[in-house]
Amino acid sequence: MDAALLARIQFAVTIGFHFLFPPTTLGLSLIIVILETLYLRTKEDVYKRTSAFLVKILGLVFVIGTATGIVMEFSFGNNWAEYAKMVGDVFGAPLAAEGVFAFFLESMFLGVLVFARNKISEKAYWWSAFFVFLGSHLSGLWIIIANSWMQTPAGYKIVEIAGKKKAVLTNFFQAAINHSTLNRYTHVVFSAWITGGAVVAAIGAYYLLKKKFENEAKKLFNVGVIIFIIFSLLQLVSGHAGAVKVAKTQPAKLAAFEGVWKTTRNATLDIFGIPDEKNKVTRWEIGIPGLLSYLVYWDTNGEIKGLNEFGEDIPPVFITYTVYHIMTGLGFFFIFVALLGIFLYWKKKIWDSKWFLKLMIWTAPLVYVAVQTGWMAAEIGRQPWIVYNVMKTSDAISKVVPAGQILFSLIMFILIYTFLFAIFLKIFFKLIRKGPEEKIVQGY
Amino acid sequence: MATLQIIWLLLIVVLLVGYSILDGFDLGVGILTPFLAKNDTEKRILFNAIGPVWDGNEVWLLTGGGALFAAFPPVYATVFSGFYLALMLVLFSLIFRAVSFEYWSHDEGNRRLWCKAIVIGSFIPSLLYGVALGNVILGIPLNQNHDYAGTFFTLLRPFPLLTGLLGLTMILIHGSVFAGLKAEGEIRKRAHSIASKSLISFIVLFIIVLIVGILQIKGVASNIVGWLFALLTIVFWYLTLASVKKEKDSQAFTFSSLIHVSIWGLIAAVQFPYLVRATDPALSMSLYDFSSSKLTLTVMLIIALIGMPVVIGYTIYIYRIFRGKIKLEENTGY
Ligand code: HDD
Ligand code: HEM
Ligand code: HEM
Repeated sequence: MDAALLARIQFAVTIGFHFLFPPTTLGLSLIIVILETLYLRTKEDVYKRTSAFLVKILGLVFVIGTATGIVMEFSFGNNWAEYAKMVGDVFGAPLAAEGVFAFFLESMFLGVLVFARNKISEKAYWWSAFFVFLGSHLSGLWIIIANSWMQTPAGYKIVEIAGKKKAVLTNFFQAAINHSTLNRYTHVVFSAWITGGAVVAAIGAYYLLKKKFENEAKKLFNVGVIIFIIFSLLQLVSGHAGAVKVAKTQPAKLAAFEGVWKTTRNATLDIFGIPDEKNKVTRWEIGIPGLLSYLVYWDTNGEIKGLNEFGEDIPPVFITYTVYHIMTGLGFFFIFVALLGIFLYWKKKIWDSKWFLKLMIWTAPLVYVAVQTGWMAAEIGRQPWIVYNVMKTSDAISKVVPAGQILFSLIMFILIYTFLFAIFLKIFFKLIRKGPEEKIVQGY
Repeated sequence: MATLQIIWLLLIVVLLVGYSILDGFDLGVGILTPFLAKNDTEKRILFNAIGPVWDGNEVWLLTGGGALFAAFPPVYATVFSGFYLALMLVLFSLIFRAVSFEYWSHDEGNRRLWCKAIVIGSFIPSLLYGVALGNVILGIPLNQNHDYAGTFFTLLRPFPLLTGLLGLTMILIHGSVFAGLKAEGEIRKRAHSIASKSLISFIVLFIIVLIVGILQIKGVASNIVGWLFALLTIVFWYLTLASVKKEKDSQAFTFSSLIHVSIWGLIAAVQFPYLVRATDPALSMSLYDFSSSKLTLTVMLIIALIGMPVVIGYTIYIYRIFRGKIKLEENTGY
């Protein structure tokens, strides 16, 4: 196999695995801040115990997030050396800033959260929880800045130094807050909060069904479900705004999302379809005619550019289309669950609806599917570019690393990650079975 | 521009010194676990001593790496792609080490496995950091594109192996001195005896490295600043040894940290103005020719000037929360 393909698979595997944990971290840190706030307000012990329980889980999730994040930090030098040389002037700064402004903050205060509840005042503890929340969200911001610059580059110019092209920073703020940063950051943070909400609600639902820890379970379930409801609904708005941005900045990607081959007005928003890349058509298409044009331009007559106009430079359509539709499909499913939840709250029946509790438990893993497919849509959809319209992925890899070494490390990553993930799940479910403790004990 | 480039070199050295002092002690404790602690209770004392801080300590490395990427992208690209396999080994070790404290605590059935993972996961990076540094100091084969042109085995020449061992002993000294500071009784006694032995190995290795270095690297013998740092290293070594003998733990920790400072000073003095030396001197990568643009360096300097004082502030605050000996009691947090 060729080195470029292996490097891409390695990146996809390692980032995909890494990104199982950050959304959980972001979501849990939000809920912990909420619970600690409720505790300070009401002084009810149950909030303290539920929060302490979630802190234990966060501690576990966080270390794997850390372990797998280090790999990502160095991957740009390991596997993408030509990329690092070409765009380092622009791309390195957000990565370094993430260290200075985010990683220190979240990891130092996580230590306080996990080990020092009885060593500092309740106020100081609240602030520590807040700083973990802030740090992890800033970390997300800086990395989305870096990634969004690759999607919609701005604030740079290309110069030629010694016969080699290089991107050079011309305006830091334009580069950082480029066309897609804020949109995508919102979408990613919402998806993280949906994740946190769903996971915490599922844990609560599990206890309620088992009739264990009922006091704590109600709190967990309430906080989780409410957050899940709010952000599932808002996610449609941010997702829509994202799609409009994509239509304007990355038309080939949008065309791949929706399987549009020929440039059309009155374009269809697909609900289902199977793109056939050989014959350049989308088969079995079911959708709402005109809605795609309408959503992008508020006008059914708006023109959507088709894939045929981009020649060779289009992403693999089938996979892009499919993962995009899985994400949006799940998005609508979550909205449906959210509306059911609202209805049951309104009818005051939520505690007795066993089927809804079960539904929440099944929803939690689906959130991870939505997050992963969302990223796959965004990242595969921008191929063959690593930096949109500036640099191709195939030109970005390290020239000196032989394919064999990449293959070897890829196999090692898969083995190690699978093993560590199995143990993670074992401990994760053990912690959940054990549940919130009466007496809070911290430390190993 | 030259000033900015030099400032950035200094800042990266500061980050690496921070990493070396802070992660140095938890790596050291990790390697020494089986020698310091004879049962699970004793291990818990050690792990609780480093548990709250090791992750934050590791961020010094991440930020150092990020800063190298931002300030000197081609150097980052050359080193990380060139030392590919060695770095993968470091990454695999760090992954295992990162999860193992938590896994050791919760996965009681497999404690022996996770303890081994902590030991090996701490040992491999501690050795390989020095090997990597030895290579960029001695010079590595580069091609016209400034890409690495050697193999994995080129990295294992005698001088880098010696610096690898030297780095390892520094970490062992630091870890045992830290254990002496945080633990009581038996662990503390063992820590003192390990510290003394590591200190002796250190000075022997240090002198060998100096001699081999002078023989193999052109021009170092006349590097006055280098000699100054070498001398300081010996002074701090002696002070650490004296403090360990007198069982003054916090003094010993301070002086042992200063050994790290002076060793990094020595490396910087020998390397300047090169970041990576090539076996063909014409291809060596100097900080003047391989940095980012003036704008990027300026923006980053602003980021560092705002961010780092805050980081150092809360780092001190948090270390103060955790100061003192570790006592395992119910309800006190451990
Ligand atoms: C939206 C959020 C997000 C995204 C897209 C990424 N990460 Fe991440 N990362 C986090 C959010 C995060 C996080 C929430 O800050 C951590 C801390 C613990 C955790 O579970 O995730 C994390 C940990 C983490 C660490 C360890 C930090 C520490 O030691 O405390 C590193 C070095 C990276 N990441 C680097 C990366 C790189 C280079 C990425 C892209 C290629 C990346 N992350 C994608
Ligand atoms: C955390 C969530 C993310 C996920 C799940 C994700 C997913 C993926 C996937 C599936 C690919 C492979 C695409 C392909 O090769 O066809 C990829 C490629 C890539 N992504 Fe991401 N990505 C994420 C975040 C990021 C971020 C934050 C950055 C940069 C800061 C980034 C930079 C890249 C690079 C450099 C490649 C390699 C080139 C390529 O194959 O496209 N990704 N990503
Ligand atoms: C409900 C309808 C939804 C719509 C219309 C929508 C739309 C989009 C679009 C257009 C993108 C591509 C953005 C880009 O390439 O720049 C995207 C990416 C993404 N989506 Fe969604 N989305 C929806 C629901 C969800 C849900 C429920 C989740 C997860 C809980 C989710 C997670 C993601 C993630 C993680 C990404 C990649 C990050 C990014 O590029 O913003 N999405 N979404």
